[in-house]
Amino acid sequence: MTTEFVKNAVGRMIPTEINGQPVIPFQGPHGYKTSGRKYGPPIRTCADYPADGDKRMPDLRAALIKAGLRDGMTISTHHHFRDGDLVANQIFDIAAEMGVRDLVWFPSASFPCHAPLIKYLEDGTIHHIEGSMNGPLGRFASEGKMRGVGVLRSHGGRYQAVQDGEVVIDIAVIAAPTADPFGDANGLTGPSACGLLGFALADSQYAHNVIVVTDNLVPFPCIPWQIQGNNVDIVVEMEQIGVPEKIVSGTTQITKSPDRLYIAELTARFCQAAGIIRDGFSFQAGAGGTALSIGNYFGEIMREKGIKARFARGGSNQYLVQMMEDGLVETILDGQTFDLEGVRSMRENPNHVNTSPFTSYNYHGKGNFASMIDVVILGATEVDVAFNGNVVTHSDGYLLHGIGGWQNCLFGKTVVLPIPLFRDRIPVIRDEVTTICGPGELIDVIVTERGIAINPLRRDLIEATKDSGLPIKTIHELKEEAERICGAPQPAQFTDKIIAAIKWVDGTVIDVVRQVKK
Amino acid sequence: MSLEDNLSKIHSAGNKGPDIRSDCFVTLELTSSGGIVIDLTSKVGILYGQAIHALAHDVLAHFCIENARMSIEDSGALDFVLAARIEAAIHQAIDSDEEFWPEMLPQNRHVTTKDRYRRSRLYLPGDTPKLMLNAGIHQPDGIILDLEDSVAPDKKEEARYLVRNALRQVDFYGAERMVRINQLPMGLGDLDFVAPHYANLILLPKCESAEQVEQVDARIKEIAAQHGVEQPIYLMPIIESALGVVNAYDIASAVESVAALAIGLEDYTADLGAPRTNEGRESFHARSALVNAARAAGVQPIDSVFSDVSDMEALRAVVLESKSLGFDGMGCIHPRQIKVLHEAFAPTSEEIEKAQKIVKAFDEATRLGLGVVSLGSKMIDPPVVKRAQRTIDLAIRSGKLSQDWRLNADKRG
Repeated sequence: MTTEFVKNAVGRMIPTEINGQPVIPFQGPHGYKTSGRKYGPPIRTCADYPADGDKRMPDLRAALIKAGLRDGMTISTHHHFRDGDLVANQIFDIAAEMGVRDLVWFPSASFPCHAPLIKYLEDGTIHHIEGSMNGPLGRFASEGKMRGVGVLRSHGGRYQAVQDGEVVIDIAVIAAPTADPFGDANGLTGPSACGLLGFALADSQYAHNVIVVTDNLVPFPCIPWQIQGNNVDIVVEMEQIGVPEKIVSGTTQITKSPDRLYIAELTARFCQAAGIIRDGFSFQAGAGGTALSIGNYFGEIMREKGIKARFARGGSNQYLVQMMEDGLVETILDGQTFDLEGVRSMRENPNHVNTSPFTSYNYHGKGNFASMIDVVILGATEVDVAFNGNVVTHSDGYLLHGIGGWQNCLFGKTVVLPIPLFRDRIPVIRDEVTTICGPGELIDVIVTERGIAINPLRRDLIEATKDSGLPIKTIHELKEEAERICGAPQPAQFTDKIIAAIKWVDGTVIDVVRQVKK
Repeated sequence: MSLEDNLSKIHSAGNKGPDIRSDCFVTLELTSSGGIVIDLTSKVGILYGQAIHALAHDVLAHFCIENARMSIEDSGALDFVLAARIEAAIHQAIDSDEEFWPEMLPQNRHVTTKDRYRRSRLYLPGDTPKLMLNAGIHQPDGIILDLEDSVAPDKKEEARYLVRNALRQVDFYGAERMVRINQLPMGLGDLDFVAPHYANLILLPKCESAEQVEQVDARIKEIAAQHGVEQPIYLMPIIESALGVVNAYDIASAVESVAALAIGLEDYTADLGAPRTNEGRESFHARSALVNAARAAGVQPIDSVFSDVSDMEALRAVVLESKSLGFDGMGCIHPRQIKVLHEAFAPTSEEIEKAQKIVKAFDEATRLGLGVVSLGSKMIDPPVVKRAQRTIDLAIRSGKLSQDWRLNADKRG
């Protein structure tokens, strides 16, 4: 069978079929719209569930057997435990023991702790992964060793794929820090507390079989319930589901690097000069060290000028909580708590609101918070002179990161990417990014330690900052400066084999990743 | 050393390890046949492997080496670092006066003036390339490529090549390019690697006599003549002993090229036998004496460094005290200290307001052709006018006063 290719709206050649399914090429940020009805899971009847509400099974193996685990199924897990997840690996240990083959793993994200799954990708227990492939899994896939083609989606894209029936989840295994025998569950307490469980929403609503596993079983009712027991088929109690110190990830400290602090300060000064930081504004800053310090610099400016933000979109963390408690931010709309201060604040402060990430990221929603936010701070592994951004591959071609909410956040009113001009000799600004994850028309400003480039489409920002004294340059000037320092890199070499597809938020394919040539 | 002695001996330069970035570790073994064999492991090999191979061949060819085994363990080193490490290994293997000079960036032909601002000078260890690359973006008044205390004794030789290449290839974005050489006599040897490459100022550590300053100045002049260096190279002797303090005026006035006189309190307090404290009472005499000597000789008095890089409030207090004693600047050992220094050394609003009045009175007197400047009923001496002009300059530089303040003031008036 020969694969046919078509050119999509960002000029990338896209195959017409991936993993036996037809592909719709990217047609622009809002170019593609589906119609009809959303996918519906099978109808269930309460009469088939225990009247006393006790859905417990003795162990995960029994639960998976009861859920009908068999060849070719799609198994989903969530990533709220980050690198401290102990559940996903056990699912596939059991599947391998049972001799089940060709499973599709559909995590909301993967982490280095999932490297043991490589042996199941090798022996055929798992056919391929639809989700982020971080670190070792990405390296494995990049070397062309995965049987199927990986499919990477944003958080919102994952929800869209489920709603459209593009991915049908056979079994969802939801690790829950606290749960009751009926399946009500939350992430707020218990030894593996992680805050929220929002990314498991689609899994709990749409999967054919939903298994909740917990290491902190409480009598009914478990309140508040972030996962509703009425959607749950089976509950399993386990010894330990997560490693607490790895659940609170290492990215939630303000950077100490003077270079990154400088970029953060420059970013905040840019936002001030552009008139973005004004009374009643809104912002979203990520959890990385640089993004966190930008929040701090925002705070300094707001304190000095007497400015209050109407709301901040979380990922909440101690710094954002501090800003709210200091009266600088009126409301935190939280989709994901990054540290224990965030968990505490949400418990104590009614203005710190638990929101589903899909209030912001739902392509099939009737509007999204994401497009209402004044300024969004994001990262990238590469940006090109057309302002296209890459977050999944490195310049050497290896797939090493997931998309997360990055694509979804690009719909913010102003999108700023604070990034170093080069990392370990590798220029970050390229003629063409290795993999396009976001189209340039949605990326407005690049802030580096050696200058700021504004997308020519944003004439308003160019005008507003032209007398600011900030080091505004063209993106070409920045690229040349990087190459003067580092030398122009030779192009990475790839084979023809496609190892992963990058989906846009609407389910179209914006780019593909090829096998790295050794 | 004869070639025979050297065969099968393995020479090395550079650094490796899990925390090393932007550097490389090179080993070199001369062989009698088989041509050049390079074994490269690099974290950027996919993107820069060919370029690194080509550079290594260039450097070896420059020294006419035709047969050798070389290994390069690269952690993202830029070309100027790779070339310095390879050259350092070659100089261990062969006896040669040749040097491999990377291209000089046009903007690095940087010339400074004797009385320029030296509020902040950022120390950069001379054997640690990763700290050099972004030093300029933090906008210190000067950067110091240090060959002395921050370089381990067994790395002194190879640091010279790295510092030389950094002077040629790293853009410090307008910062004055300073080098701290080693104590004499080793420091005299260091000068060969920096004087021809647009070093603007040489720091002379542990200086105790005018004669040492004269020696350095004379050697710089020799090298300048030999290499056709025309731009000035200033000196900043560092006083770090009791004897140095006693001789401070002689040192400061030894030669015309002394632009500033600095104090190093770590060694000074050790010499004194008194523990160094944050309050600094033990060094009060030395600091005052140094300011006095420097002013008497017409050079800038520059204070020591503050070593707690996490305590910005304590640093601010130290800088304000330093300013009140009469110092014009201080050293920095971390880029985050620069902003604090610049803020603290900036004139206060009251100082600026007063200086504006004086400068305006001077302008007015000049316009009217008056020989005497007066403000209200007070006569103003020329040094006061000069200091007021400098306050205005500094206020503009610190962003506390607009360049065209006269214009704006007139509009308001």
